[in-house]
Amino acid sequence: MRARTRTAYGFLTPYLVIFAAFWVWPIIYSFWLSFLQTRGLPWRFNPGATWGRLIVDPAFANALKNTLLILAIQVPVMITLATILAVLLNSPLLKARGLMRFAFFAPVVVGEVAYAAVFRLMFNAEFGVVNKIAGGVGLPAVEWFSNPTAAMALIIIAITWRWVGYNAILILSGLQSIPADVYEAATLDRVSKFKQFIFITLPLLRPVILVCLVLSIIGTMQLFVEPFLITNRGGPGSATETLGLFLYRQGFTVLNFGYASAVAYTIAALAVLISLVNFWLAREPK
Amino acid sequence: MKSRSAARLTNAIVLHAILVPLAIVWLFPIWMMFVFSTMPENAIFSPNVVLFPSDQFWVNFQLLEADTNFTRTVFVSVVVALVYTFLSVMLTSMAGWALARYRFFGKRIVLGIILGTLTLPFFVVIIPQFIMVARDFGLANTWFALIVPPLFNSLGVLFMRQSFSMMPGDLFDAARVEGVKEWRIFLFVALPMARPTLAALCIILFLFSWNNYLWPLLISNQPDMMTAPVALGTLIGFTRVSWGGIMTGAVVLTVPMLIVFVVLQRHFMAGITAGAIK
Repeated sequence: MRARTRTAYGFLTPYLVIFAAFWVWPIIYSFWLSFLQTRGLPWRFNPGATWGRLIVDPAFANALKNTLLILAIQVPVMITLATILAVLLNSPLLKARGLMRFAFFAPVVVGEVAYAAVFRLMFNAEFGVVNKIAGGVGLPAVEWFSNPTAAMALIIIAITWRWVGYNAILILSGLQSIPADVYEAATLDRVSKFKQFIFITLPLLRPVILVCLVLSIIGTMQLFVEPFLITNRGGPGSATETLGLFLYRQGFTVLNFGYASAVAYTIAALAVLISLVNFWLAREPK
Repeated sequence: MKSRSAARLTNAIVLHAILVPLAIVWLFPIWMMFVFSTMPENAIFSPNVVLFPSDQFWVNFQLLEADTNFTRTVFVSVVVALVYTFLSVMLTSMAGWALARYRFFGKRIVLGIILGTLTLPFFVVIIPQFIMVARDFGLANTWFALIVPPLFNSLGVLFMRQSFSMMPGDLFDAARVEGVKEWRIFLFVALPMARPTLAALCIILFLFSWNNYLWPLLISNQPDMMTAPVALGTLIGFTRVSWGGIMTGAVVLTVPMLIVFVVLQRHFMAGITAGAIK
């Protein structure tokens, strides 16, 4: 028995060492840091300078508001779109299936920096191809980078473009695990395709959709690259500043580690809380 | 019967009428990345709509080389991604093997902790990681800093554990009866059997490292130890740089991954779905 335990830990040790050094210790350390006044030496215990400040800081409130706004719009839109896309991609009538999956999944493979660069050029108000094409169809030019609402919309468009295919593929794999005879029976009972979707497909997809929701929420809570690179450091002004960008600024531009740690803990707490609420809402009805 | 096949045809037409334009919209930014990378600078900023490639890719690439040390940063990225993938696959498959194949004291706790970290955002550890690596160890701008701190991942362990626990136990017991050491069983019996899962995991980890931006941005600021995304990111936002150059960089980073994706689509999908479900 003891020999087995020793062998098992022999295999686990390298992984656990990395885990302890780069996750366990940092989690504890940043909790301690979140109570320290770190502007100026020596660092001193002063929760008022971190947690106290967090409560009254309008810049933090703005970042929190922006993040929750993106979360509230982008996640439902994307998951709905991904579900529809998955159902369409699953149709036996579809030709060139591989090519279609490639089209929607390819954005996931494109790195954040590369796609941020393309989006900046494509959505430029004057010479961007998006406004030019929109102008060709008679639509007004949108000031994507100087209008706060448009900049927010751009962030949402960008994230949706990049991640909808990923979620669709997850949902598609869920769809394919539903046995075909369920539908055959429903068709024999003359249940319409639409009703089959609402009463059979969606309930059976619930676990997969839940996974997509939770992953998207965690991802959105730490949104950083899009506002940093696409809308140029959260612009215009601080209209697209997110919690992730706010943390980056406090931590690595101002080097205020204590305050940034309090922000980090807030992000983690919110992500875990929203995920738990999700699990609770989606629990199996008894 | 005839009306049924007519209905099928209508359905098929509607389906393609929705999906084909949508697919084109989705591929459009990637196409435009390629188009921009081949355009002369003044064409990028011209009032005309240009939707097809020109012939300035090489010129743009040289402009990029003038703005950054791009070839070097690609080299750094390749080395980091290869070493990272190798180490991470070894760590996670060893841990997955232990969790799948042994009963030992503390197993449930270890599993519970690994599952628990799945919902924790990277942001909770980023500040202490930075303080430790950059200030306490003084290791900013080193291979260690780029490769080792991101090594921990829980998905890989769960993924490998799944694969190992589905293998028949008799095989390993037979080897044990022969007196084969446990680490040899792992290396020469179990790992080769897990090859499809390993392939999927390798692709996912390589892609993660190749595209990783935030951590390398923090930990490497010297031109000769930057990864390619970091170098490219430093150019975005400045006005007096070559956008054609930036786009060639984007193409250089993207095209190899797209090719890998097309060639290994099956493994890719396996990695993505197995990583997220269960």
